[in-house]
Amino acid sequence: MSDTLIKVEGVSKKFCRSLKKSLWYGMQDLGNELLGRRHGGNGELRPEEFWAMKDVSFEIKRGEAVGIIGRNGSGKTTLLRMLSGLIKPDQGRIEMYGQVGGLIALGAGFNPILTGRENIYVNASILGLSKRQIDAKLDEIIDFAEIGEFIDSPVQNYSSGMAVRLGFSIATALNPDVLLLDEVLAVGDESFQRKCFERLGSLLDQRDKVLIFVSHNIRQVERICSRGILLDHGHVLVDASSSEACSAYHDKTLKDDYASRRARGGFSNYTGSGEISVEEVHLFGDGSAEPTDEIVMHAPATIGIRFHCHNMIEKPEVILGFHTQDSIYVASSSSYTLSRQPDLRPGEHYLECRVPDLMLVPGIYFLRLAFLDKHRRNMWDGHKLNPFKVVQDVRTNVMHMPQMTLVDMPFSWKVDGENIPPQSNS
Amino acid sequence: MIEPQSNAKAPVPATVYTPESSLAHPARMAREMFHDLLAARELSWRLAVRDLSAQYRQAFFGFAWALILPLANTAAWIFLSSSGVVSVGQTSLPYPVYVFVGTMLWAIFMDAVNAPLQGVTASKAMLAKINFPREAIVVSGIYQTLFNAAIKVGLLLAALLLLGINPGWNLLLFPFGLLSLVLAGTFVGLLITPVGVLYTDVGKAIPLLMQFLMYLTPVVFAMPREGVAATLFTLNPLTPLIMTARDWLTGGSPEFLGYFLAVNAVSALLLLAVWVVYRLAMPILIERMSA
Repeated sequence: MSDTLIKVEGVSKKFCRSLKKSLWYGMQDLGNELLGRRHGGNGELRPEEFWAMKDVSFEIKRGEAVGIIGRNGSGKTTLLRMLSGLIKPDQGRIEMYGQVGGLIALGAGFNPILTGRENIYVNASILGLSKRQIDAKLDEIIDFAEIGEFIDSPVQNYSSGMAVRLGFSIATALNPDVLLLDEVLAVGDESFQRKCFERLGSLLDQRDKVLIFVSHNIRQVERICSRGILLDHGHVLVDASSSEACSAYHDKTLKDDYASRRARGGFSNYTGSGEISVEEVHLFGDGSAEPTDEIVMHAPATIGIRFHCHNMIEKPEVILGFHTQDSIYVASSSSYTLSRQPDLRPGEHYLECRVPDLMLVPGIYFLRLAFLDKHRRNMWDGHKLNPFKVVQDVRTNVMHMPQMTLVDMPFSWKVDGENIPPQSNS
Repeated sequence: MIEPQSNAKAPVPATVYTPESSLAHPARMAREMFHDLLAARELSWRLAVRDLSAQYRQAFFGFAWALILPLANTAAWIFLSSSGVVSVGQTSLPYPVYVFVGTMLWAIFMDAVNAPLQGVTASKAMLAKINFPREAIVVSGIYQTLFNAAIKVGLLLAALLLLGINPGWNLLLFPFGLLSLVLAGTFVGLLITPVGVLYTDVGKAIPLLMQFLMYLTPVVFAMPREGVAATLFTLNPLTPLIMTARDWLTGGSPEFLGYFLAVNAVSALLLLAVWVVYRLAMPILIERMSA
């Protein structure tokens, strides 16, 4: 038995921008299909069409967990839909071995009027289970979903979390050889998400499955997957270990953000009252006078802000902080914690804030900056300013750092009274 | 671990997706079609049970709706014919019975016509995201049509017995009449489904066309004996279906039996052909559904 479960060779797919044309092309494709012609013509584009996926090839073997990442519109979902056989490729060839299960839609086919129990049978048969198989798994499904006595009330009385739990629980009970997951873990509360990860983990521990995981949440991908495929405009940009692919994704995001900011000229992610205009925000590494977008973990960093006050501002509060791509605020500082709040005269000012030890773990972060007046009214409030990358230092062994960590605080450990120093990377 | 249903212990089955039309390999396609139809058995049953129980659980009058529409239609035509507004021609049965049975049978045919497009449209979200045998939607529609037809026929029979009409032993043949209506209806419905999913115009035009077709079928009018109308009525392949089914239900002797059998044979072949079209169309339609 071959170990390769998925083989994708030179696959391309085109889509159409205009709805009217798309419907008409649909009729043409239908006609061609009935005449036995190849789907997608000879690789030419009709007006308003574009390649949503172009010349994608890869192979996936048993035991691999592959994260498919990329920005919106990079072709992740298109790829997943072709892998599950929902749509045909326009070029190339896809071979899938074994039973394929897709968690693309949780709770597909749920009828709100029927009870949870009735819906389990419907949903599981859509996913390909027979009545006998569902009977055998019913208790497990109900248990995992934590639905309790609600199982016999109509699904329309469920909270959205309950419906999602029931859907996930049915879908993973299928236990296929190839499991396709599309953004499904973005739903549900935290404790349920943890349970989902545990179930996926136990699935992967069997070593003979393939998991394909599509997500915007890069940290989830890094956590679950061993391999990462970075898509960009329908091309495979990187196909490597998940940490390499995720880091390439970070670099790409950084570059794209910079390019779009340069194209726009100045900041756009802010709201302001017009009393203050922020002209420049720069990040400096240790002792350097050149602005940078890369800081070494645990090194000092300085943020310089050049701004203009249009009138006299008494005792403003300045807040500066860092947040992640998914808008988690990691750390921030307020000038109101200082011993004195200077007044700002009309005109140009320069503010400098130094962080002696940047404890952020490697990844992409953004600056957040806000000016408030003494009544705490917002004068200027910006997010997603200055994307920057924190890179690994030589000292810290990030390989053994727990995942889902954002800040690397100094911890010191003692075992039976004996101090144990941290492992060094070099 | 769940084993694949048919070839349990065979090496891992491979599925290959290429741009080629499945028509290039007819034998493989036929195999896949019947495999999927088999695999769809249970799912189509579940979907039918789901839709029917939801439908009747949410309606206060429940089963009565199966009767209300044909009954209203019948009342209108009895009025039109008795007041002399419309001359419907001579019928061997009492006219109210003739028109009541006719509209009931026509309603069953229309149910069968509407089922595939309605089913596919209602399952769009599911179709766009899950790969299940697409035949299940069509088969489930047939189950639902048959279930609703059984209720209609049950009520119809009760009404006929009350009116003193005894179908006799011919009643045993009536299920064939019913099935042939559903067969022809499913063919028409499945034929329009691929285009109907892309363009909503089709769904809107169908009731109009069907209304017109009804007047060319001996549903409310008697079978004309001469003239252009007689030719049109005779050419209409629905005529033998409706006439034969009605005769079997009301104790008459069918006059178009040979025609009836021929129409059935042709619709069965045509249904097979549109089934192929439906299968080929699905990936193309799904691509456009969420595009």
